[in-house]
Amino acid sequence: MIAREVEDRYGFGTNTVNREEYLLKGNSSCPGCTAMLAIRHILKAAGPDTFVLVSACCAVVCEGISPNTCMALPTLDTAFACTAAMASGVRAAVRERGINVIAIAGDGGTVDIGVQALSGAIERNTDFLYVCYDNEAYGNTGMQRSGSTPFGASTTTTPFGKKEDKKDIAAIISAHNIPYMATACPSYPMDLQRKVKRALSIEGPKFLHVLTPCPPGWRISTEKAIEIGKLAVGSCSFFLYETENRSFSMSKPSLDAMKNPIPVKDYLRVQGRFSRMSEEDIEITQRKVDANIAYYREAFGL
Amino acid sequence: MKVKMSIAYPTIGASGRTGDWRVFMPVRNRESCIHCYNCYLLCPEGTISPEFEVDYEYCKGCGICANECPTKAIRMVKEE
Repeated sequence: MIAREVEDRYGFGTNTVNREEYLLKGNSSCPGCTAMLAIRHILKAAGPDTFVLVSACCAVVCEGISPNTCMALPTLDTAFACTAAMASGVRAAVRERGINVIAIAGDGGTVDIGVQALSGAIERNTDFLYVCYDNEAYGNTGMQRSGSTPFGASTTTTPFGKKEDKKDIAAIISAHNIPYMATACPSYPMDLQRKVKRALSIEGPKFLHVLTPCPPGWRISTEKAIEIGKLAVGSCSFFLYETENRSFSMSKPSLDAMKNPIPVKDYLRVQGRFSRMSEEDIEITQRKVDANIAYYREAFGL
Repeated sequence: MKVKMSIAYPTIGASGRTGDWRVFMPVRNRESCIHCYNCYLLCPEGTISPEFEVDYEYCKGCGICANECPTKAIRMVKEE
């Protein structure tokens, strides 16, 4: 009943929402944490036959105080640099096709520290899904700059705004010629669930990049977290797409946004971390976003 | 070979009663609710059931449900 109604509303015919919660309530995430929302939907889509590996990141702290955990699935907490390597090990132990191995890591554990283990696991053709939830800083230790922090964002280590651009992890991963890769945002939960289900139906390494607005780190009020995710997609600062065996398809929210993008200023000015950004810097960001839109239009004929 | 591991068990409320963190509590108006499942899908904590009942024991009061409600059937009310 619920599945039917949600399908009708969100327009995804093959989706059914799993009523079971694998991320139990009462965990220690901050109020309005969209990373936890993303993990909640990923585990819902993956179902009970799943082995989860959690890197040192926000998610491992949010699991709660030992000897209790909020993860209702078999979970292994790993060291920072070796999430993907341990996923290879788990997959070597569990060879059954029906059992999913999902590695969850933050942006620091993916683009900075864990990138060599991830690259190695993809090269070894490990059958697993790697989820990078991207809150654009090291949130767990108090918002230090990471390779994924965007241009102009102030963090505790870049108080006057970061001078460098965000590392394009999606392009790095797709250079490995990966069978399936997608970007998602928990502001579009059914889109996220659809991508996880699609990924888990494919054999081989899969990668999912999820943008998760972080209320304390991005200095936004907790109730705006979902709205900011929609603004990021609406302003084309973040594109939702999937690549399957090198065939590219842009997801519907981004396709709609590309026709009539919101000015990037509207996305930046609502966040406290960009409050020190000058008008010229915003102009630079706008030009970069326009160049990205032009690239996707030209390269894929959208 | 012996391996020492610390094992944790899945528990609801692994960090205690997180409802105590709340300043504003969500209250749903049954009349204007159109059963769109937005609050159920977007609650980061999963405290809103598919029947739209809020678990006040663990709701952290982030206000996402009230902000995303298309008919504003959920209001955030200051706690007593």
